[in-house]
Amino acid sequence: MHGLVNRALECFLRDTYSPALWAEVAHGARLGFGSFEPMLIYDLSQTEAVILSAASRLDRPREALLEDVGTYLVSHPTTERLRRLLRFGGVTFADFLHSLDDLPDRARLALPELELPDLRLTATGPHRFRLVCASPIAGMGHVMLGLLRAMADDYGVLVLLEHRGQSAEGEVVSIALLDAAFAAGRPFDLAERLG
Amino acid sequence: MGAAATGIGIGAGGLDLLMPMHLRLDPSGAISGCGPTLRKLFPEPPLGRPFFHLFEVCRPAGIETTSALSARSGTRLHLAARNGSGVCLRGVVTPLHDGRGLLLNLSFGISVLEAVRRHGLTNGDFAATDLTVELLYLVEAKTAVTEELHRLNRRLEQARRAAEEEALTDELTGLRNRRALDQALEAAILTRQPFGLMHLDLDFFKEVNDSFGHAAGDHVLRSVAQVLARETRSGDTVARIGGDEFMMIFPGVADAERLRKVARRMIAEVDKPILFEGRPCRVAASIGMTLSVLHDPPEPARILADADAALYAAKRAGRGVAVMRQVGGRRPAGAQPGP
Repeated sequence: MHGLVNRALECFLRDTYSPALWAEVAHGARLGFGSFEPMLIYDLSQTEAVILSAASRLDRPREALLEDVGTYLVSHPTTERLRRLLRFGGVTFADFLHSLDDLPDRARLALPELELPDLRLTATGPHRFRLVCASPIAGMGHVMLGLLRAMADDYGVLVLLEHRGQSAEGEVVSIALLDAAFAAGRPFDLAERLG
Repeated sequence: MGAAATGIGIGAGGLDLLMPMHLRLDPSGAISGCGPTLRKLFPEPPLGRPFFHLFEVCRPAGIETTSALSARSGTRLHLAARNGSGVCLRGVVTPLHDGRGLLLNLSFGISVLEAVRRHGLTNGDFAATDLTVELLYLVEAKTAVTEELHRLNRRLEQARRAAEEEALTDELTGLRNRRALDQALEAAILTRQPFGLMHLDLDFFKEVNDSFGHAAGDHVLRSVAQVLARETRSGDTVARIGGDEFMMIFPGVADAERLRKVARRMIAEVDKPILFEGRPCRVAASIGMTLSVLHDPPEPARILADADAALYAAKRAGRGVAVMRQVGGRRPAGAQPGP
């Protein structure tokens, strides 16, 4: 698994809990090093070991832990960059949802080795969507759930999200867009980071 | 190309949607229409103003009239806005149907980053077919990736330096080790500058180890290392090359007497009792020396062998002696008893 994904897990544990907790989790996962390098590739088993170690150390279900990771990815100052890159996906939350199909390709444009979960969005009604998420990491659908919830806040829309379990194609998340102008979203300036 | 043979009807709103950076000129060259994104470049609405008051055609050169512009229909144009921003534009011009003027479609080209920043443009300012937002996304993503790679490079470089330092350091004394000495000797020869070399061996070290234990022996080695570090300059190399043997390189030294003086001071300092847990440990130093100027050309193996032979002669002359070895297998030039 790409170092960026592992590093995101590590930063989540450091920032949400503490560097000491991360050290314990890393030790429990028998990583043999103190920190993931975001630009190196690691064996998938190490990612799995970190998730198991963190869930056990925090005494939290894997699903809840992964959902928190998803929320962290777009709402914490450390990951502001990722939020911005996701916001490039569209002017409205619905645009953003449709851009998820392209997300793995977009990510590969920037970083050819980065394998993001395969995401397929289908509209099931005027304001209803179904997102299928296929990934070698079990529970990636819960990461997407947390991420979508935080992105909905970012766009200022009200959504109802539900993890519908596993299908043949992957984990299924249902999305109901209840109010497209629920609150003022966070601003997004195209040029903010262009130096 | 660009001929308006058959007219098709499209409203100004449709043009705004398809080409948010278009300009329409009437037959006199005044601006009769302007796309919404292009309008953001000017503090006042540009409608009615002469095109050449607001824009300069940089390439092709010499286009200063509406008819000259019209004659370049279909050619790629490079323009600059005369609004003090220096924003460059590129585009193409085509005549409108029935001689009703000209239509230009413009884009920011490579200066788009500057334009987005300066004019606060958003996704909605670009045509649906325009890849500008994808370009901005890529610039941002690639910048982030590059920064991460720079950070990784810095960490790797630090780790490499630390590993190199570790590989060249004698753990017990903090002096350089045998490997570092060999490198320093090679480097000294490569610079073609003269240098002196000293080989120092402790006398009675085995006795200290046997009577007081290895901790005392280690303490003595560290103390001797401090003496040697003190008596040498920062550019000299001081190495422990094994057990109780030390070797030193003195770049720039071609004078035997200068090296002898240093050796005499070292011998005198090492001769002083070293306290370990309140008890004095006594060792002495024997030193063999040679100079690169005695060798032509200087070769590492030969220089080391000469220093070793000089040390052997010093040992035979008694403890606390420094001997300067001369080249060519001759007998040592003479022994200087320590003070």
